[in-house]
Amino acid sequence: MVKFNRFTLDNGLRVIVHEDHTTPMAVLNILYDVGARDEDAERTGFAHLFEHLMFGGSVNIPNYDGPLQRVGGENNAFTSNDITNYYITLPSANIETAFWLESDRMLSLAFSEKSLEVQRNVVIEEFKQRYLNQPYGDVWLKLRPLVYKTHAYRWATIGQTIKHIEDARIEDVKAFFKKHYNPQNAIMVVGGDVTTEQVKELAEKWFGNIPAGEKYVRNLPQEPAQHEARRETTTGKVPLNDIYIAFQMCSRADAAYYPAELISDILSRGNSSRLYKSLIKEKQLFSEVHAYITGSVDKGMFVLQGKPLQGVSMEDAEAALWAELEKIKTEDVPLDELTKVQNKTESTMVFSEMSLLDKAMNLAYYELLGDANEFNYETAKFLAVTPSQIKEQALNIFRKENSSTLIYLAEQGNSVNEPELSEAEN
Amino acid sequence: MTGLDRITPPQFNGVENINLIHPERKELDNGAKMFIFNSGEQELVRIEFIFSNLRFDPAKPLLNVAVNTMLNDGTTTMTAAQIADKIDFYGAFLQFDYGSDSSQVTLYTLTKHLNATLPVVKEVITDSIFPEKELATYKRNQQQKLQVSLQKNDFVARRLFNQAIFGDTIYGIAAQAEDFQSLNREDMLQHFKQMYQPGNCTIIIAGKAGAEVIAAVTNTFEDDWNNQTSKGDTTQPEVKSASEHFIYKEKADALQSAIRVGTPFVKKSHPDFAGLQVLNTVLGGYFGSRLMSNIREDKGYTYGIGSGMASFKNAGSFFIASEVGADVCKAALTEVEKEINLLKTEVIPDEELSLVRNFMLGSLLGSLENVMSHADKFKNIYFSGLDYDYYDRYAETVKNITAAELKALANKYYDFENFYKVVVGKY
Repeated sequence: MVKFNRFTLDNGLRVIVHEDHTTPMAVLNILYDVGARDEDAERTGFAHLFEHLMFGGSVNIPNYDGPLQRVGGENNAFTSNDITNYYITLPSANIETAFWLESDRMLSLAFSEKSLEVQRNVVIEEFKQRYLNQPYGDVWLKLRPLVYKTHAYRWATIGQTIKHIEDARIEDVKAFFKKHYNPQNAIMVVGGDVTTEQVKELAEKWFGNIPAGEKYVRNLPQEPAQHEARRETTTGKVPLNDIYIAFQMCSRADAAYYPAELISDILSRGNSSRLYKSLIKEKQLFSEVHAYITGSVDKGMFVLQGKPLQGVSMEDAEAALWAELEKIKTEDVPLDELTKVQNKTESTMVFSEMSLLDKAMNLAYYELLGDANEFNYETAKFLAVTPSQIKEQALNIFRKENSSTLIYLAEQGNSVNEPELSEAEN
Repeated sequence: MTGLDRITPPQFNGVENINLIHPERKELDNGAKMFIFNSGEQELVRIEFIFSNLRFDPAKPLLNVAVNTMLNDGTTTMTAAQIADKIDFYGAFLQFDYGSDSSQVTLYTLTKHLNATLPVVKEVITDSIFPEKELATYKRNQQQKLQVSLQKNDFVARRLFNQAIFGDTIYGIAAQAEDFQSLNREDMLQHFKQMYQPGNCTIIIAGKAGAEVIAAVTNTFEDDWNNQTSKGDTTQPEVKSASEHFIYKEKADALQSAIRVGTPFVKKSHPDFAGLQVLNTVLGGYFGSRLMSNIREDKGYTYGIGSGMASFKNAGSFFIASEVGADVCKAALTEVEKEINLLKTEVIPDEELSLVRNFMLGSLLGSLENVMSHADKFKNIYFSGLDYDYYDRYAETVKNITAAELKALANKYYDFENFYKVVVGKY
């Protein structure tokens, strides 16, 4: 149970306080309700590029990191398709420094041309490092547009192409800030060795006079139901073939999310999971295989992914994945198997309470979904899932006409180690 | 509301006291050492079983790794599947980690399930059998994974660097696909018996570890777990670095080059170590470091660059690592050299140094998130043969070392000319 207090400033900023006096530290986490899904299709990657620019100085503070490091603090941020999240951890005695820094960049950025130029380059290097210069790094750049035809989830947070990042102009940066970075679109969580009274006072002092700004009303075209199996084959300089089967699934706030997540656990969480036991250990068709969900705020993805062993045809590998899906669609999951994944979810939840930052991020995220207190009911929702709900969701998700299959083939002549492998199999 | 000063930073406080939890110590009848950190609100516990590695045999570079990784692949009475079922059913996590100096088995469990999960851990530590079929699967899958890793420039650069610095020792290990073939069950069983003995075991418990938890662990691991007659040799051969200092592996289509620059270095037990940590932080140890400020934030050559020190039982290293645009690889290395030389020729300005001092102390405080972090701090000193006064010295040095002393350290230890330089990609 994570206890907290909650209040809203006159300008619309939502504030949550989680007191934890077992630590000498404090956390200040600000979630902005903006992600890659809010981008213009011609200017993708902008939410993430913007996250970088948030560290390039604000209206009254030329350097963001220095003053924080000087008081013993650390910070970072991440951007997803749904949200942009900034966080600071520092000794609680210096919590006011975090308010000072975060409020100034919510008030206004410095909008420096130099910062834009450098961060464009940094993000382009990030694009290369994570998506282009890694084996299989471009998978998500190919899979997303296969699954999504309408919704803005069809591009990755890094952006659709490097060109969009190169083209970013300072006017775009200013417009983006005005539209999304204001108190009404933010949720702040302060946690750790602080009191609610202290946080109220500091929030009023530093954030109270920031203009409310305009409320951004999200009105994104939603992804229509899929009615035909989709398939793409690509070839790359990778050592092994790889296969991805992605299905559309419900949104994060939907009740059907809970059985769906447990299905992914039944299929691939840990060495007792079905795909691991059946396809890696018993049938020996794959060297690795995974099932996971994206947990998106709008319609999400359920993904199966595996690298077949050399000598196993892609057809056989794909058929073996489908056979496991058929099984979960047609046979009731045994009660002890369901209990197993539920127990794992429960213990994971308890372990996550060991981390102050995790708690703060979770409270912010559940508040975004509707109510921070729902975080405390998550475990109960997973524990309430029944075998019939599992089957129902499996039937609903794992349909050929709801599938997008990406076959990633190793370029011929690239498998330098092949002779050694066949020897090893003897 | 007027007159709010948004320009002047708020008053701040330095970090004064860092209180580390010291463990309760105990020794089992069979010689296994036990350290207990009992604290925390959550009803859970982490139990680590740590074993010193046996003397490294370069002809069998994967033996230690394979034995550790395959501990959950079957015992006399349980199959791999049964072990996984049991651990997962109780929502526990059983991890196997191999390091350069030691290898370990870690159990994370809710205390209410301790009595169900602990016997499984006992089984894998005392009675693993490495079935042939599982070994074949292991070899096949690991070879495939290695193939993927070998396509990653940073992975290859790290291997080449460690090989150059640490040579034919466990620290320089660079397994090839064919090394998997030489693995066999007999070697593994023998290695297992010699290494996973109570006399070579340190048990560290962290979490809600009251009397009942301690009794459960003690009873389980004192009962019928005895030392073998042959004691495993845990000394290690001496490290010999390579003579070639520039190592370049060209990748024709690379968009980025992975670079790694550095040298063999002093270990944690050396009196200069704490001062060198301050120097390293200034150079590349935090987001605002000189390398980051120059090469990422000013030039935009990379997504990230950093420096660090690795300290092992018998060796240490200092390194700078990054992945940079292939077209700016030479330019990035030139900037690295400039930053190294600057530390040798000019004293660090007061403002920068005081920032780094505060940052490091805040970081130390922040690293003590929960009871497990306190156990980690203990492991950090215990396995280097140090005591808690290490942290007192560290904090003293961070607070008091002078800019002149840091400059002297840079001159004593940093010599870019003679550093090993590894480039994978384009140069």
